[in-house]
Amino acid sequence: MRINLDRDYQAKNHFCGLCCTKIENFEVTRGKTEILRNINLHIHCGELTALIGPNGAGKSTLLKAILGEIPHGGNLKYLDYNDHHTSKPIIGYVPQRLDFDAGSPLSILDLFGASRSRIPVWLTHSHKLREHTREVLSRMQAEQLLDRRLGDLSGGELQRVLLALALDPLPDLLLLDEPVSGIDRLGLEMFFRKVADLRLEYDLSIILVSHDLKLVAQYADRVVFLNKTIQCVGTPEVVFNDPKAIQTFGQVLNPENYCNPQKGGSL
Amino acid sequence: MALFYNLIPQLLPFEWTSHTFMQNALLAVILITPMFGLLGTMIVNNKMAFFSDAIGHSALTGIAIGVILGMSDPLWAMLIFSILLALGISLVKSSTSFSTDTVIGVFSATAVALGIVILSRAGGFAKYSRFLIGDLLSITANDLFMLFVIAIIIFIFWGFMFNQLLLVSINPTLARSRGSHVRLLETLFSMIMAIIVTISIQWVGLLIINSLLILPAAAARNIAGNMRQYHLFSVVIALLSGLAGLILSYYWGTATGATIVLCSAAFFLFTLIGTRK
Repeated sequence: MRINLDRDYQAKNHFCGLCCTKIENFEVTRGKTEILRNINLHIHCGELTALIGPNGAGKSTLLKAILGEIPHGGNLKYLDYNDHHTSKPIIGYVPQRLDFDAGSPLSILDLFGASRSRIPVWLTHSHKLREHTREVLSRMQAEQLLDRRLGDLSGGELQRVLLALALDPLPDLLLLDEPVSGIDRLGLEMFFRKVADLRLEYDLSIILVSHDLKLVAQYADRVVFLNKTIQCVGTPEVVFNDPKAIQTFGQVLNPENYCNPQKGGSL
Repeated sequence: MALFYNLIPQLLPFEWTSHTFMQNALLAVILITPMFGLLGTMIVNNKMAFFSDAIGHSALTGIAIGVILGMSDPLWAMLIFSILLALGISLVKSSTSFSTDTVIGVFSATAVALGIVILSRAGGFAKYSRFLIGDLLSITANDLFMLFVIAIIIFIFWGFMFNQLLLVSINPTLARSRGSHVRLLETLFSMIMAIIVTISIQWVGLLIINSLLILPAAAARNIAGNMRQYHLFSVVIALLSGLAGLILSYYWGTATGATIVLCSAAFFLFTLIGTRK
């Protein structure tokens, strides 16, 4: 299952490549149904790993298992660049959607206060938190949203805010569940581009659950095709030309895309 | 306490403050309504109105169990039963695929039916109707002390736990990624809710207790822009309707709990109209 990326490829993509998140023998069973089985993955920093698979393949479940929300078998290990073992890596998470009540009087500052501060947000916000939040939001060009209500944001704005939240504090591992509604094609492409930039800028390990295979093929460094177990792992070209993947998703890469010089180094 | 009893008639030299039962009721309103205002914000946020309603109704079974066990004051039986029900609902909810409404509906209806069946044996239901309507004027100094302790506990809980509860209400997985123990928090919150609702039932009445939780927060939600305003408005609206309801009920000779709820409903209506303009 392990993919050894060659050094040239890593250098070209500014990899540190030394920190590593190891997912060993993950399995999730709910009731009598086996949802995930025998999942082994190594996620390297500076790498955008896309998780694809049909509905019900267990993609979101894998993210939740990594976060520890769902009980699972197997181990999660995080090794930093000195090979030091950290049992509790900082994990940033961007949910697919929020289940909150859209009319709720919850400002963006409240959201950050609730995540970052010990001071109850119903009492007050510290000046420091306000400045800090503004700065964090400005990474995503969202600082003007600070006092807006969460329910009033558009799909794209919400996504930027959630991404900013997941990057505060800067995580060792970033888990993204791609938005399925309220965001248009252009917004989704901007989201992918932003995530790809973040990977290089902060040298993050990223796992992205996605349904948009075209964008995955364009932006991901590595693709994991999941359907209860790992069906196939590799570069987009490898996975999307795999017979099992073609059977599930159809032909995602067409021959013109193949030789497209604009796609650059990842071929 | 003695200081308070001396102070009230001097500060508020009205006819209604001259009675001890009204002074007690006034203290009770000052203690209960802010708690309801605080908790209500999260209940409205989490769309848990039906849940708190079910907890209120389950008190009937608690009373019935208390009667069977021969207790003169069924409060402890009510408390234990409502906490068990709250835990039962969250357990069934998390381990089956039924929707929350269905699970709560099943538990609530069963609890109410069981309570009515036991209490109506030999046609004696009428003597329990005080729990349906409640009597705030019957509150005693001992009850007030208990309320005071509970109010302090709830304010402390709200100070330490609110941020995490809020994250859980936004997205449990997100809260988990921030190190919150989602299940523990949800359970604690529903237990706190069960305790405060059950204790207040004898004074407010189980038919309307839920409105006392929901209405102030719902009214505040109409006009607030962030969490601080939300809580401030909710507590102030709860307190004002509590005071107004108490005074009005004295002069009208009506049930206090219900009058308070009508005042909160008026606040809700005003804020709703105010925001629609």
